[in-house]
Amino acid sequence: MSAQQPVLQLQNLTRVHGAGATEVHALRGIDLAVYPGELVAVMGPSGSGKSTLLTIAGGLDAPTSGRVIVEDTDITTASVKELAALRRRSIGYVFQDYNLIPALTAAENVALPRELDGTSSRKARVEALKALEEMGLGHLSDRFPDEMSGGQQQRVAIARALVGDRRLVLADEPTGALDSETGESVLALLRSRCDAGAAGVLVTHEPRFAAWADRVVFLRDGAIVDQTVRSEADSLLSGQVAEA
Amino acid sequence: MSIRHGLLALLERGPRYGSQLRTEFESRTGSTWPLNVGQVYTTLSRLERDGMVAQGGEDAAGHALYAITDSGRAELRTWFEKPVDRTSPARDELAIKLAMAVGAPNVDIRDVIQSQRRHTVKAMQDYTRLKAQALIAVESGGARERDDVAWLLVLEQLIFQTEAEARWLDHCESRLIRLSATAAHTGSATATTAAGTAGAPTAAAPTGADAAPTEAAPPEAASPAAGAR
Repeated sequence: MSAQQPVLQLQNLTRVHGAGATEVHALRGIDLAVYPGELVAVMGPSGSGKSTLLTIAGGLDAPTSGRVIVEDTDITTASVKELAALRRRSIGYVFQDYNLIPALTAAENVALPRELDGTSSRKARVEALKALEEMGLGHLSDRFPDEMSGGQQQRVAIARALVGDRRLVLADEPTGALDSETGESVLALLRSRCDAGAAGVLVTHEPRFAAWADRVVFLRDGAIVDQTVRSEADSLLSGQVAEA
Repeated sequence: MSIRHGLLALLERGPRYGSQLRTEFESRTGSTWPLNVGQVYTTLSRLERDGMVAQGGEDAAGHALYAITDSGRAELRTWFEKPVDRTSPARDELAIKLAMAVGAPNVDIRDVIQSQRRHTVKAMQDYTRLKAQALIAVESGGARERDDVAWLLVLEQLIFQTEAEARWLDHCESRLIRLSATAAHTGSATATTAAGTAGAPTAAAPTGADAAPTEAAPPEAASPAAGAR
């Protein structure tokens, strides 16, 4: 995996809000690389900088210093036009409240970023249907958001985040509004998209959802203090002997 | 853990020999609690002594078979009906460790919490990976379906247990931060001790990103941590 080029690189990232006496260091020197096929969870108490990290990674906010490289582009030095193109083509977002457009069907919602990027409506629809199909949502393509459950809407939002050849999905508490079982199925879907080659960053405060990730990064006071990598499954649950 | 009742439950489905019981026990629980054959035979001979199983002949390959008796069945029914006791909790090393770390010299309790959190979350990642496999096995059905379902339930129990621990660790950390923030506000002589115990210089300051002054505990709540030294 490490032989590959990272999809996302954060280099010595800092973000300071305010100045003087009210200055808050939201991020202090974050270094993080996310590779294709990898799902990274970011955990930490509220105020630790999780969401700031994600908005900066996606170019929705600018760092005070440091670099954000998505595929080959440094988005901290990219022009407004380049940044907008990158957000349409390379980066997908999944939010807690889905953010689907209510007047559009599932397929239209998924096709929208492709159309905005200049793909013909017809081709965009074909791609959208394929993306929905891949996630087992083909039967929902003509439904409007208010005709779908929260879990279904979130799965459509993941399809929208990854439609076309986008390979980076940034998810901010995507399970926040869902019951635990539905949240689990959304995570399983995100996991399977990463297994299929996407790179994902998941911000969550729920350890059970973070546990679907390959790597869990712990933030505290704006800095990465620790991280954990999951083992290969066959090395588990051995070596203990039960007591009678 | 009740190997005794586990074996009775397996024997209720028909007579079995020792190593067969071991294999079936492990496939039910995904080898989460491995047994050795010696434990199985020791348990069987105690069950025999207590009249709950009886030796009854051999199978074609010459293995000595054990069968459940009526009193064994009665014992098994009682086991399923009676809740597992939770009123006298087993000693929990982590709870004891954190209790001892409060105010302990040369120990940063936040480091203790973080190193446990890393370990616990990693265990959850591993269990979750196994669970994804178990789900696939259950959904595909097949001859081992009952064992696969049992294994899935055991894995999910491990996930819930580690999740509870991870949440408790988060809670301990924010509790300590709040207490030391409160202590810093009241400016008591022991405040520095409490702040030092929480081990986070920035968090102890009122402007710290993690401090939650609006949720601060009442001043008297600070005394257990502050006075623990």
